[in-house]
Amino acid sequence: MRISTIGYVGKQGVKNIWRNKMFSLASVATMSACIFLFGLFFSILVNFQYIIRTAEEGVAITVFFEEDATDEQKEEIGQQLAEHEGVADVNYVSADEAWEEFQKEYFGDNPELAEGFKDDNPLASSDNYEVYMETMENDDQSLVARSRSLSETQNELVEFAQGLDGVREVNKSDVVANTLSSVNTLVAIVSIAIIVILFGVSIFLISNTVTMGITVRKEEIAIMKYIGAKDFVVRSPFVIEGLIIGIFGAAIPLTLLYFLYDRAVQYIMTKFSILQNIIDFLPVGTVYQILLPVGLIMGIGIGFLGSFFTVRKHLKV
Amino acid sequence: MIELRKVTKEYSKGNAALNGISVKIERGEFVFIVGDSGSGKSTLIKLIMKELNPTEGTIIVNGQNLNRMKHRNIAKYRRGIGVVFQDFRLLKDRNIYENIAFALRVTETPTRIIKKKVPAALSLVGLAQKYKSFPKELSGGEQQRVAIARALVNEPAILLADEPTGNLDPTNSWEIMSILKEANERGTTVLVVTHNQEIVNEMNERVITMKQGVIVSDEQKGGYINED
Repeated sequence: MRISTIGYVGKQGVKNIWRNKMFSLASVATMSACIFLFGLFFSILVNFQYIIRTAEEGVAITVFFEEDATDEQKEEIGQQLAEHEGVADVNYVSADEAWEEFQKEYFGDNPELAEGFKDDNPLASSDNYEVYMETMENDDQSLVARSRSLSETQNELVEFAQGLDGVREVNKSDVVANTLSSVNTLVAIVSIAIIVILFGVSIFLISNTVTMGITVRKEEIAIMKYIGAKDFVVRSPFVIEGLIIGIFGAAIPLTLLYFLYDRAVQYIMTKFSILQNIIDFLPVGTVYQILLPVGLIMGIGIGFLGSFFTVRKHLKV
Repeated sequence: MIELRKVTKEYSKGNAALNGISVKIERGEFVFIVGDSGSGKSTLIKLIMKELNPTEGTIIVNGQNLNRMKHRNIAKYRRGIGVVFQDFRLLKDRNIYENIAFALRVTETPTRIIKKKVPAALSLVGLAQKYKSFPKELSGGEQQRVAIARALVNEPAILLADEPTGNLDPTNSWEIMSILKEANERGTTVLVVTHNQEIVNEMNERVITMKQGVIVSDEQKGGYINED
């Protein structure tokens, strides 16, 4: 393949777009809308995950000891818990600390009520381990798998802790873990469904544009075939046309979203200032580390596949 | 150069456009193919172009058996054949130079050779001065001359002309025929499908007459057989 031929087919691809201005524009616009929506869902999803992850870090199980458990036993239990898969941190809470925490939580407003206990700690045998689970931040698992595994890991850990010598009781926060997991799963499934539909719509539109281009250039294609142009030379301009539409269809929404993201975050934080202490959004740079390559690959991929298969179907050379 | 052995082409079962024809055309010949509409002339051209495959029989062109030709080799094969149509089939959005260069570009000819060959082809058909004109700015005769230049620019061994004078007045028709004859004299084998009795009778070349898918007459230095 000569460089001049590559240049020629490239130029023809650009000319195709110009000849089919309206259709090309419609394709770019629709693809832009699709990738914009994808970007939007993606941004929501990763932020949601980020929020969940932050919340997950607070999800813990509490391990209480038998009354006659020795310090050695307690230490052994702590070591075994720390070594268990999925455990991020094991924190020993002494009976005094537990009592202090209790007082703060329940007698915070009326400290005089706690004074009745004086130096007699009613939670004397309530020293425990708070066990925090890993958030799987660096895990390669899919979104759905990740959200499911949270409650599974917790259950497994509870069973493990209950089986240890010297353990009296294990408390877990089922509600928090399960609610987070199910919301996360729902968001993931809805997002994937919407993305699949958008993919389909984009491919259909690119295919239509290329079909229109082939129809308009039927005469030229026939002449090319008579003259002895190779399949590659006949087909390439249409595939290039699809690729260019794909590149623009991805670049426009990704640029738009980049600038809108910060503004949207600012707007939400100003409008709903109550969220400031609860929610922390990811910076746009972090979101774009994944969104940019994925969005570009999607655009180019849809452009290529849409045109390639249409050309194969409609262009018998 | 071109040989058809007992070639039959059926578009649908029992409906033969060509019915067991055999014919041999030697290198450097000038041949008219005449006959009424539906006699199978265009089908014959399409078979030689490998646009269609025969239902039965064998076609050999330039020593290649077309029945056995693989799809990937068709483009290369067609580069050895120039085609001219009744309706010129020029690209309306490109000027004359670009129309001829098109034939070279799509066959992957280097640009420096295109720059040499296009003016030479235009000179051959007497349109060197009009290289910037667009097809709609030219007369029918001039457009057909551009089409011939495009067909010849790749220096094919065979030139197929399907009713090249069908849309032209007598003066332009004769101009076109003289260009085709010149190409033939330079060594190109020329096949002309035509209804033009005057030209066929005047030129005194080989004439193959077809009727309802069969060859009814094949004469060296023949004339137009009028069935009416």
